[in-house]
Amino acid sequence: MKKPAEFYQRDLGRHPPAYAPIYKTSVARSPQYPLISLQNSASEITGPVFGHNDIDPIDNDLILNYAQPGEMPIGERIILHGRVLDENARPVPNTLVEIWQANAGGRYRHKKDTYLAPIDPNFGGCGRTMTDEDGYYYFRTVKPGAYPWRNFVNSWRPAHIHVSVFGTGFAQRLISQIYFECDPLIQTCPMVKSIPDAGAVDALIAKLDLNATIPLDSIAYKFDIVLRGRRSTLFENRLEGN
Amino acid sequence: MPQQLNYLRETPSQTAGPYVHIGLAPGSAGFDIYREELGHDIAGPNAKGERIRVEGLVIDGTGSPIKDVLLETWQANADGIYAHPEHPGAVEDGFRGWGRVITDFNTGEWGFDTVKPGAVMGRNGQMMAPHINLWIVARGINIGLNTRIYFSDEETANTADPVMNIIEWEHRRQTLIARRSEPDGKAVYRFDVQIQGQNETVFFDI
Repeated sequence: MKKPAEFYQRDLGRHPPAYAPIYKTSVARSPQYPLISLQNSASEITGPVFGHNDIDPIDNDLILNYAQPGEMPIGERIILHGRVLDENARPVPNTLVEIWQANAGGRYRHKKDTYLAPIDPNFGGCGRTMTDEDGYYYFRTVKPGAYPWRNFVNSWRPAHIHVSVFGTGFAQRLISQIYFECDPLIQTCPMVKSIPDAGAVDALIAKLDLNATIPLDSIAYKFDIVLRGRRSTLFENRLEGN
Repeated sequence: MPQQLNYLRETPSQTAGPYVHIGLAPGSAGFDIYREELGHDIAGPNAKGERIRVEGLVIDGTGSPIKDVLLETWQANADGIYAHPEHPGAVEDGFRGWGRVITDFNTGEWGFDTVKPGAVMGRNGQMMAPHINLWIVARGINIGLNTRIYFSDEETANTADPVMNIIEWEHRRQTLIARRSEPDGKAVYRFDVQIQGQNETVFFDI
């Protein structure tokens, strides 16, 4: 009988390196010594478990979850949906997915954001949901705007939604950013350019999904998230030391 | 052409950015939106074991505290059991063992309250010393950094710990040990993380 064991080793060539000088803030915030390679133990294979009691159904609807009664945020109404899978293409069910984003004008509701675009009184900018039994998730929101940031003098972030995912083990913990198809700013972005593998960049770009669009209501983008897969023990490797 | 393996590949990481709090701790970003934010109560009211506090700073390569950092903690209970279906044993009702920790935006100081975890069975039947797993994200951190918090009053267990012992440089092992003090009789551990530089904290590729 096959038993689930360690997670596949992370392919660090697919992730931006800690030190990526084109993204200036990374320079002083990157370890200089190599990471110490650690085979998974119980500490890495386990991770927090969440339930439907932890969240509310409205949490995945950014159009309503902060709006005044009868009002809605300004912006292009979108549905963001997809599946959380592992590298074995198995769905990751009942896992927590959290997102956060700027409003349609590119302004974040954060005490540290001072961009001159206005706060939208009806938009908080965060949402969360649990994947279903098939690993499926969806959010309704407005498409975020591009905004300037202080990297180079004239740097603009492509429209993006931040996403945080757990999986079943702490070793799968992942935060990333979702970009949108056909945005010319993607290829100019230092954070994107920090990723050494062009194919990996494509994996961060949500695709227009007309099949999931709600006619006369909301346009849809599809974005699948892939977490690390797990080995199965074909031969006893004494992970737990039995 | 040989057959194809057809594995999917992991989604690339991107930095959590300066506004990570909006998504993961909106109260600290300055607004109330959720019925309950997650990760504030790590151990719950029923957890056995010693109640402790862990405090620290995350310091960048210039020596400055990283004020917009966010940390997540993952730990076993006092019996060394993780609240997870694959870990044998039971935990106390209300014990999740996971926490989300934000800083004081003015100073970068962070802290969390929990119970001290027990030793956990590691690989090949080797016990791991009590430890809290730590995951660190922030603007400028391109992929979350993993490290572990061990405890200064567990010297014997720390010396035998299989993870400590794979760190070739013995002086670097000290970067993983939180220092205990007992102001007003309460156990407080200090754990400063040096992201970069001479006393750089050991980070793991897990």
